Amino acid sequence: MAVLVIADHDGAHLRDTTNKTLTAALQLSTDVDVLVYGDGVQSIADAAAKLSGVRKVLLSQSADLKQDIAEDVAALVTGLAANYDVVAIPASSAGKNFAPRVAALLDVSLLSDVMEVVDANTFVRPIYAGNALETVQTSEAKKVMTVRTTAFKAAAEAEGGSATVETVAAPASKAGTRFISEEKVVSDRPELGAAKIVVSGGRALGSKEEFDAVIDPLADKLGAAVGASRAAVDAGYAPNDYQVGQTGKVVAPALYIAVGISGAIQHLAGMKDSKVIVAINKDPEAPIFSVADYGLVADYKTAVPDLMKALG
Amino acid sequence: MKILVPVKRVLDYNVKVRVKADQSGVDLANVKMSMNPFDEIAVEEAVRLKEKGIATEIVAVSIGPAQAKDTIITALTIGADRGILIQTDQDIEPLAVAKLLKAVAEAEQPDLIIMGKQAIDGDNNATGQMLSTLLDWPQATFASKVVVENGEAHVTREVDGGLQTLGVKLPAVITTDLRLNEPRYASLPNIMKAKKKPLEIKAITDYAVDVVPRLKVLKVTEPPKRTAGIKVADAAELVANLKSAGVL
Ligand SMILES: Cc1cc2nc3c(=O)[nH]c(=O)nc-3n(C[C@H](O)[C@H](O)[C@H](O)COP(=O)(O)OP(=O)(O)OC[C@H]3O[C@@H](n4cnc5c(N)ncnc54)[C@H](O)[C@@H]3O)c2cc1C
Repeated sequence: MAVLVIADHDGAHLRDTTNKTLTAALQLSTDVDVLVYGDGVQSIADAAAKLSGVRKVLLSQSADLKQDIAEDVAALVTGLAANYDVVAIPASSAGKNFAPRVAALLDVSLLSDVMEVVDANTFVRPIYAGNALETVQTSEAKKVMTVRTTAFKAAAEAEGGSATVETVAAPASKAGTRFISEEKVVSDRPELGAAKIVVSGGRALGSKEEFDAVIDPLADKLGAAVGASRAAVDAGYAPNDYQVGQTGKVVAPALYIAVGISGAIQHLAGMKDSKVIVAINKDPEAPIFSVADYGLVADYKTAVPDLMKALG
Repeated sequence: MKILVPVKRVLDYNVKVRVKADQSGVDLANVKMSMNPFDEIAVEEAVRLKEKGIATEIVAVSIGPAQAKDTIITALTIGADRGILIQTDQDIEPLAVAKLLKAVAEAEQPDLIIMGKQAIDGDNNATGQMLSTLLDWPQATFASKVVVENGEAHVTREVDGGLQTLGVKLPAVITTDLRLNEPRYASLPNIMKAKKKPLEIKAITDYAVDVVPRLKVLKVTEPPKRTAGIKVADAAELVANLKSAGVL
């Protein structure tokens, strides 16, 4: 059995999610190749070749691929899929965008958000915002899956391998979809999905100014990424990219600090696998306390400055 | 311009999910069922396009049990013009749903399909992308803004790292994210009107589509429970605890 892992990267570096998807792939087979696509991403392919367990790296580059248009990426991956039994894709927003297309082009079902490999045909995945786990067995000869990367550890050695890098041609771009623009949130903080510590703010913050004045300094003091509840994002206190939850990012840091977040199931779906959870909320009955290891019943207006002081 | 909006009946998002003791699935007996929230946003967006004079007809389509008629009536209440229910008691997988919707699209010839990015039961986030692929129409997923002009939709998408705007030539498939709009509340007169709008009932056998499941659900279980920890008195105690837990 051979597995093709699709690398996730930010244009300059391989993301940790690639490494975690590799871990899932290595549970299925020892014949694991990695596809790196984009533009000017040779150094990322070289980094992927060093990951231990990688047999070969495929590198496909074009100006079109840089825009991550689902039609183009799916065409590339489907073309390569003939040589593989499994295609494993990190469940990032880009992965979720093109993975179902690959499945449809191959006329197979998609295994979404795989969080455990039971055997070659059996997988566990979350349903109902993670309030239930489904163990499914597939009868497809070729399997296409997205991997919930927070459920897998990064492969131990990032420098153990010395795979070859092979260039593959990028298919011609489809005419129906064109890239117009993008607005990326630039930040010096760690990425939300990869951070060891996440500080998230909720509706309680009340304004963007307050969110920035309260959450950001705490995050910076801890070297943490900033997250938010849907209510905080909807109200414009934080960018969409910060949303943690069923329909936002799924995170599992060593420490998650929820400030003024009630703990709706859709929010818990995105953070309940964090190692240690801290909740700061003035309502002792807030559901967030039912999952928090350390609960501080207090007004964030005094609690967060106190916490800053206690951290020194 | 004609818009097709697929809608799904799911467990209401406020209802606590209970896994059945025999691990055969989630208990759906005697609990509140509603339209998938993302689909409600899709219907609302279609109705807004109609109110702007861009769309002329909105067709809501659902695949599900007899009670999914209520889900279609919800769509008609928001402002869809007519409904199609492909009635079945079988659980249809996303790929087969996409194939059925493709058949509907071929019969209805819409200029645009707007649908939810995921259903909050299966959380697959797959059907829209699959439908776009099968129809060979452009796709724009996770939409937080849609502008239609000159035969093209400009769609702002919520992606990791921020926002991306794509132009997709019509006909196209758009999937909705939460911030696209806030669906209106149903008014009583609209509910009365909705009940008089045409609703066609079809069967799976009306379409030449293979809906045999490819995945077998072996069991559905509860996730490991997290238990509540301790309450700390103040920030200093919190920091002391985090230090001894080794996370600071
Ligand atoms: C389909 C669907 C998908 C969703 N997806 C997501 C998702 O991905 N992520 C997500 O987060 N939500 C999601 N939601 C929304 C979710 O249901 C909740 O509405 C949302 O998480 C609430 O955000 P919140 O906790 O910030 O706000 P609230 O629920 O309003 O909570 C605010 C909290 O702040 C506390 N508070 C107020 N003032 C203070 C103060 N001065 N000091 C301390 N505490 C204070 C209050 O006690 C309260 O507990 C989704 C909903 C739906 C229907």
